[in-house]
Amino acid sequence: MKLKRQAFDPDRRRLLRFLGRVVTYASAMIASLGVFGRRGLAGAGPAFPATDYDWTKHRWGFGVDATRCIGCLRCVEACKTENGVARDAHHFRTWVERYVYLKGEKLPRVDSQADPGNIAASGSEKEYRFDNRYKDAKVEKAFFVPKLCNQCEHPPCVQVCPVGATFRTPDGVVLIDHDYCIGCQYCVQACPYGVRLFNQKYEVTDKCTWCYHRITRGLKPACVEACPVNARIFGDQNDPESPISKFIRENRVQVLKPSMGTSPNVFYVGIDKEIV
Amino acid sequence: MEALFDAAPFTGYVFPNETVIPWSLMIVIYPYITGLVAGSFTVATFYHVFGVPRFRPVARFALLTSLSFMVFVPLPLLLHLGHPERAMNVMLTPHLTSAFAAFGFFATFYVVLVFLEIWFAFRENIVAWAQERKGLAGLFYRVLTLGSYEISATTRSYDAKWLKALAVIGIVGAHGLHGYVGFVFGSLKSREWWGSDLMPVIFLVSAITSGIAILITLYVLTSRVRKVPVDLDCLKGMAYMLWGFLIFTIVLEFLEFANMVYKGREGVETIMALVAGPLWFSLGVLQMGFAVIAFFIMSYFMWRSTQDRQLVIGVTVSALLMLVSVLAMRWNVVIGGQELSKTMQGLLYFHPPLLGREGLLVMVTVFALPFGLLWVLTRLLPPWVPKLDHVPSR
Repeated sequence: MKLKRQAFDPDRRRLLRFLGRVVTYASAMIASLGVFGRRGLAGAGPAFPATDYDWTKHRWGFGVDATRCIGCLRCVEACKTENGVARDAHHFRTWVERYVYLKGEKLPRVDSQADPGNIAASGSEKEYRFDNRYKDAKVEKAFFVPKLCNQCEHPPCVQVCPVGATFRTPDGVVLIDHDYCIGCQYCVQACPYGVRLFNQKYEVTDKCTWCYHRITRGLKPACVEACPVNARIFGDQNDPESPISKFIRENRVQVLKPSMGTSPNVFYVGIDKEIV
Repeated sequence: MEALFDAAPFTGYVFPNETVIPWSLMIVIYPYITGLVAGSFTVATFYHVFGVPRFRPVARFALLTSLSFMVFVPLPLLLHLGHPERAMNVMLTPHLTSAFAAFGFFATFYVVLVFLEIWFAFRENIVAWAQERKGLAGLFYRVLTLGSYEISATTRSYDAKWLKALAVIGIVGAHGLHGYVGFVFGSLKSREWWGSDLMPVIFLVSAITSGIAILITLYVLTSRVRKVPVDLDCLKGMAYMLWGFLIFTIVLEFLEFANMVYKGREGVETIMALVAGPLWFSLGVLQMGFAVIAFFIMSYFMWRSTQDRQLVIGVTVSALLMLVSVLAMRWNVVIGGQELSKTMQGLLYFHPPLLGREGLLVMVTVFALPFGLLWVLTRLLPPWVPKLDHVPSR
């Protein structure tokens, strides 16, 4: 049965106009609720992002020279302080892994500063150090591998965000709008590198930004600044003379989990086949 | 100070941030409830679309069941979100590359569809009740008639046509919705335990299994409460469906696991440790064991063509076993996937908290709410009242 086409009577028009108004007011109310509900992660600070910064002019890159890292964990300390990351063993924007091959063993033993043994050695979850557990062991090969956000070209975390609260900037850094994040943690699941973390205090996701508030002002990320042995290299890939451009040019570099198709922007030197 | 999070103990090497399990009980119950929606709707369509008359006693009850669960699907998600007040952003500014962006639209569409379907299924009764009842109840039904009291051969065929058309769309909707929930997990490459092409299909068939199971359980239970005999023909029909879909479920789940083991990619030892460790009971006993027991009970009954009371008891027990089995499957996927570290060199051990926004108590409450709503709905729209000489249109 077909419905007959009816003449558009004025009553109906009035009703439609009324309904239109209801929808408009309702959306305005919902939108304003969103505005009042806003709160930032960072407290009062200098204007962010820096006003004279042009993000189309840069392409940031990060290098890690694992042959240099001594596992002092000053980078972890610096990052926690700089970015106000929770001082415990479960929230890190950057961390360091220790790989130790013992004589006669095929696979390395892996731990990070968050390992219970290392926490026991430091005496607190707020202090970071590696213990001396291999003191009497026959070590064949050992090295440290610093980890941080890879700021991927094809970030799976950005792909899965249902509201677009996380995004990749034109200068190549993946950021989160903490005022827009709904806290579903889908991105935490999607990151193959385990880099994303959840801030339980503000109930939003958090991640390493390569200290975006610093690099847009011409400063180095806090971890790079704190590293005493230059194991962390940072710079603009658009500038051929920058430390990172030189690092990539002069070394055979690797990225983590290349099979994921994420095209990471942290380039490693001196890592081994068993790196996770 | 109250701890803001629970840290999971681990063995081997796991990334430091992984020790706080991101998705817990609410994300276990969410696909479970969605599955019950899809499954019970499937049973309803067997009558409304395919015109299988034996499903008539439960067809309308199945629709009410589907709606009752669907209404509560968003609740566990909202409880999980850090900022539930921003939940509408998913629909206001959907990020279209996200597998989750379309959920709000899908869910809304489906709820509207089930509402309409129910309205058409009950229209004749609503008109009758509107004329019979007085007071507030009468007003409720008069509003529900939407001003049309006409019942004739024309309206009847019109209703039947809509009922069928909506059910056809509903099949796509319900199954699409649930296959999509499987895609939310299956599309993630970061987790070996989730990133499987079979995941959406397994979610779907296990969903239908659980939906039939809940319908069998509720039908038998409500028949007892109403003191009417269980329609054995109808029960058998549902039992056949349950039997068929549970075979699908077991075979697919086995195939997926066999694939993973046979391919033996990097970290397969850790997968075996996961199965033998934190998941041995929920996977080995609850998910697989219970499903296999249910399969044997029903196969035995079919072989012996068991009748009457024994059949009712056997089928209900099998249905209950399948309800537990599918819930365990959701646990094994959601929790199991996170207990296997992304390093593939370590395992985490999740212990569900009793209290808190995402605790066991809330999970039980969330699961109980749809039953409450169903109780109210069966009071408002009793599905057992026969629809006068109605035959499903072919």
